[in-house]
Amino acid sequence: MQMRLGPNRVGPKGSMQIVADTVKLLLKEGLTPSSSDKFLFNLAPIIVVVTAMLVMAPMAFAKDLQLWDLNIGVLYVSSVSSLSVIGILMAGWSSFNKYSLLGAMRSGAQIVSYELSIGLSVISIVILTGSLRISDIILSQNDGWWIFKGHIPILISFVIFIIASTAEINRAPFDLAEAEQELTAGFHTEYSGMKFAMFLLGEYINLFVVSAIAATLFFGGWMPLHIGHWEAFNHVMDYIPSFIWFLGKTFVIIFIIMQFRWTFPRMRVDQLLNLEWKYLLPLSMVNVLLVTVMAIMGWHF
Amino acid sequence: MYLKEYFGTIFRTVKSLLGGMRLTGYYFTHPKEIHTEQYPDNRATLTMFDRFKGEVVMPHDANNEHRCTGCQACEIACPNATIKIITKQELQADGKKKKALDTFVYHLDLCTLCNNCIVSCPSDAIIMAQTFEHSVYDKKQLKKVLNQPGSKIMEGVE
Repeated sequence: MQMRLGPNRVGPKGSMQIVADTVKLLLKEGLTPSSSDKFLFNLAPIIVVVTAMLVMAPMAFAKDLQLWDLNIGVLYVSSVSSLSVIGILMAGWSSFNKYSLLGAMRSGAQIVSYELSIGLSVISIVILTGSLRISDIILSQNDGWWIFKGHIPILISFVIFIIASTAEINRAPFDLAEAEQELTAGFHTEYSGMKFAMFLLGEYINLFVVSAIAATLFFGGWMPLHIGHWEAFNHVMDYIPSFIWFLGKTFVIIFIIMQFRWTFPRMRVDQLLNLEWKYLLPLSMVNVLLVTVMAIMGWHF
Repeated sequence: MYLKEYFGTIFRTVKSLLGGMRLTGYYFTHPKEIHTEQYPDNRATLTMFDRFKGEVVMPHDANNEHRCTGCQACEIACPNATIKIITKQELQADGKKKKALDTFVYHLDLCTLCNNCIVSCPSDAIIMAQTFEHSVYDKKQLKKVLNQPGSKIMEGVE
């Protein structure tokens, strides 16, 4: 997208680059700074990866392919994804490096503030569905995805969700805390080898999870594109297996988030927090009011 | 009043962001204009731009003559003693002895390619070449002598 090629020497067209990177990180010396807090230093990457993976538990990957359909699915997802802040703050603190600590503090502030917008966007869908259970939300989109049924307010909700999620997972253009050119790589400066790989892995898993949640809430998860009650059309759409629908939607949203990374310049920390507290949060709050009015009056499809 | 400005900001921002995304989307779908030089594969056609600083060379004309007077301005201008000029006293046609260049020692392994020597040369004796593949296995190959054997200064260069 930036008119330049990525690595394409390893394997055909560069497809083995990820394997090469993983092997390299496995073989690197895992250096622990001598004055670091060893217990926290070793624990931080584990927390980041484990919370990222825990959020995948209630996800519905296809029809009848959901590991754990708990009745507060959406609340669980929202709260467990907030736990990753602890991992980041631990990483910054235990590195015994004032610049890492600054980076971790900035990242902590950023994640905590953007969670509010994510929560309010998610609430707007829950209002329309009436249930926190993920399978209920997907089944309620049987006659059309929420992004089409709840027109303008849900569209605004979706845009806010995408922007706030990119900030939540510390991804460009909001990756101030961890970018290579900033504060010497921020909170993961002192990490090397597999622990560093865990942070990166946690970020990419979070990317997938956040896209999967957006696909589930706004685009119907594994539900094929149904339009109202057009039986014939819906029947044709049902022939495409549900996991292809789910993966397709998730990958489109991942593509959008990737396009954000390669299009927009990085934001300064005060601009980032400015965006959240002055623009995204008031808009989300007004939006929740609009969605409530819409739900009560029945002005959605 | 503030509200109008607020929403105005939001609309302008969204418009400019979408414009940016449209451009990268265009680049994504039209992969003809890739700027990356596929280096080892395109060595046959690769040329650098005019002002590229590759290494210092002393151009010699067809009669094996160069323009260096041995004034040592480049040696003085060099920030890290990359150039060493060894001069000799040469007997001129009219019987007078004049300083001339014996050996121009150039340490390519020390050179920062800063261009100071070329800027300071009063007789345009040295230029920057456009070669950039300087890696060698033996460090002694990087200590070069820039004036070719048997060459002397051109007529009329001061």
